[in-house]
Amino acid sequence: MKTLKTLMATAAVLMATQATADVKVGMITTLSGGGAGLGIDVRDGFMLATQMAGRDDLEVVIEDDQRKPDIAVQLADKMIQSENVDILTGIIWSNLAMAVVPSATAQGKFYLSPNAGPSTLAGRGCHENYFNVAWQNDNLHEAAGAYANSANYGNSFILAPNYPAGQDALTGYKRMYGGELAGEIYTQLGQTDYAAEIAQIRASGADSVYFFLPGGMGIAFLKQYAASGVDLPVVGPAFSFDQGILQAVGDAALGVVNTSQWNKDIDNAANATFVEAFQAEYGRLPSLYASQGYDTANLIISAMDVADVNDQDAFRAALEAADFDSVRGDFKFGTNHHPIQDIYVREVIKEGDVYTNRIIGTGLEDHADAYAAECSLN
Amino acid sequence: MSLALIAEQVLNGLQFGVMLFLMSAGLTLVFGVMGLINLAHGSLYMVGGFLCAAVAAWSGSFILGLAAALAGAAAAGVLVEVLVIRRLYARDHLDQVLATFALILIFSEGTRWIFGSFPLFLDVPAALSGPVSLPLGIQYPAYRLMIIIAGLAVALGLWILITRTRLGIRIRAGESDREMVAALGVDIAWLYTIVFALGAALAGLAGALVGAIQSVQIGMGEPVLILAFVVIVIGGIGSVKGALIGAILVGMTDTMGRFLLPPFFATFMENSSATTIGSSLASMLIYILMAGVLIFKPQGLFGGAS
Repeated sequence: MKTLKTLMATAAVLMATQATADVKVGMITTLSGGGAGLGIDVRDGFMLATQMAGRDDLEVVIEDDQRKPDIAVQLADKMIQSENVDILTGIIWSNLAMAVVPSATAQGKFYLSPNAGPSTLAGRGCHENYFNVAWQNDNLHEAAGAYANSANYGNSFILAPNYPAGQDALTGYKRMYGGELAGEIYTQLGQTDYAAEIAQIRASGADSVYFFLPGGMGIAFLKQYAASGVDLPVVGPAFSFDQGILQAVGDAALGVVNTSQWNKDIDNAANATFVEAFQAEYGRLPSLYASQGYDTANLIISAMDVADVNDQDAFRAALEAADFDSVRGDFKFGTNHHPIQDIYVREVIKEGDVYTNRIIGTGLEDHADAYAAECSLN
Repeated sequence: MSLALIAEQVLNGLQFGVMLFLMSAGLTLVFGVMGLINLAHGSLYMVGGFLCAAVAAWSGSFILGLAAALAGAAAAGVLVEVLVIRRLYARDHLDQVLATFALILIFSEGTRWIFGSFPLFLDVPAALSGPVSLPLGIQYPAYRLMIIIAGLAVALGLWILITRTRLGIRIRAGESDREMVAALGVDIAWLYTIVFALGAALAGLAGALVGAIQSVQIGMGEPVLILAFVVIVIGGIGSVKGALIGAILVGMTDTMGRFLLPPFFATFMENSSATTIGSSLASMLIYILMAGVLIFKPQGLFGGAS
């Protein structure tokens, strides 16, 4: 009888160690189709951090959502119900995040967003288990508006695609920008020909152009803008100037000012290590998406060091502390679990044969999002 | 709103239409002659864009890139026709949609496998990179003028091919009665391969020409494919003339809608809702046009009654 008790106790201890030891992360991201470059960067940044940490108690399951909300929801259900993951992460697009995050957090899982930051999840829809490690969607646009003021632009022409993130973008820009608007256009999502819009910009008498056209839309706009002979200064968020896209835009992007919370020349040890290790591992320069994936993984690892994921309150407190070396330098969470961070102003340059960015100033310092007050967490 | 701005927008509409024509000409030929719905037409457009970008980057010559795009897309077309499409002629449209949708996925992932996930660089040739001055004080990108000219030249070439050559006679004959053509000793399988390759080459040309001012990336063909289907439905399935008229109609409607609708709404409502409603309506306009055409001409503008 006594032996049996000892055996049971040993087994219980073993099971307990097992439970503290392993954290299982489910990553749902876009790895095929048009927007795959972003998901691949987030994944590569994330996996680089886990490899460098050398943790064998961190298991990552990766699935491809094909940029489709229904598939993302199925994958999340599968990961929560049969794979039994502790933490979900990886989603790039706001519409997919809106489909997955509320149900995942309601089922008691942590969700750490490495990219999408829809305003609902920062405000009324915030949740104690939801953390955004990248930015709230409006942030980079707000910094661009602040930059426009400091550059003395008084008559901006602004355009974005007609969908929620596009409307958020122009709202964010206008929140900070103090001048007049020469024009405001909503283009079609996925539109690739901007001749009609560029003609209007030319005729509008604007002194500057602000655009949010992520991915291929931005490549098309910049090339067509450069060929049109309109030479007003252009400002955009980093999404149209990331490392994956710049090479496809070429000279048309040179000198364009854009806003980002990260760049490869931010001067701190963590960033230097990251940029060097990323290049050594994957043979290309990291993008801001890769930096966000890398920070997300390091945040998880920092929380694992001090808390057991099964003790949700302790693990949540460890995440809130954000005690890790972010490649962005200073990084902390606001009450709604969104970053408070500097947003930089960058300029596109050419280093040898490679187009990249360098920081020319700070757009907004210690910037928090505009929705924190609506969030019930405190 | 100056005359120069309106004239520039008309040019933009024409250029967009001509670009759509390059895409829809092949689609309408394949549909009309072979009765095949080819969703993978957009993938051939992508193949053209990628080949042009890769060859132009390697050789430094845009012309070589264009030639590679034409030849490569045609070769891909022949390959696809012989391996897959040939087995679909006797089947119904649903099977064709399913098989060619699978081809889209295969082409997309295959392209990623070869070229990676990031968009490729392809720029317009230096000689055409700037704007040219036109009457009325219009500054218009030289390359876009070249697209208009190239597209109209292709339209003329297709017209000559179809109405003035032996191959054209066979294509038209195959369109109206494929059994009779086969009975007269024309190798119908060979004819179909030629038509499919021709359509593929046109899609590849469009992908290369347009890739230079837009973006060469995976999935670039699908948005254009949807517009191309709208064009051939408006123009009448199988009619190259219909594709040309339909394409220019769609190009003009779309460009002018984007240009004129928001200011039109702004005349009687508040500015920010006018931009939102105006741009939403502008993006629906071509579908409204399509519905309108179908009400009065169910076969499309130039479709034969079948």
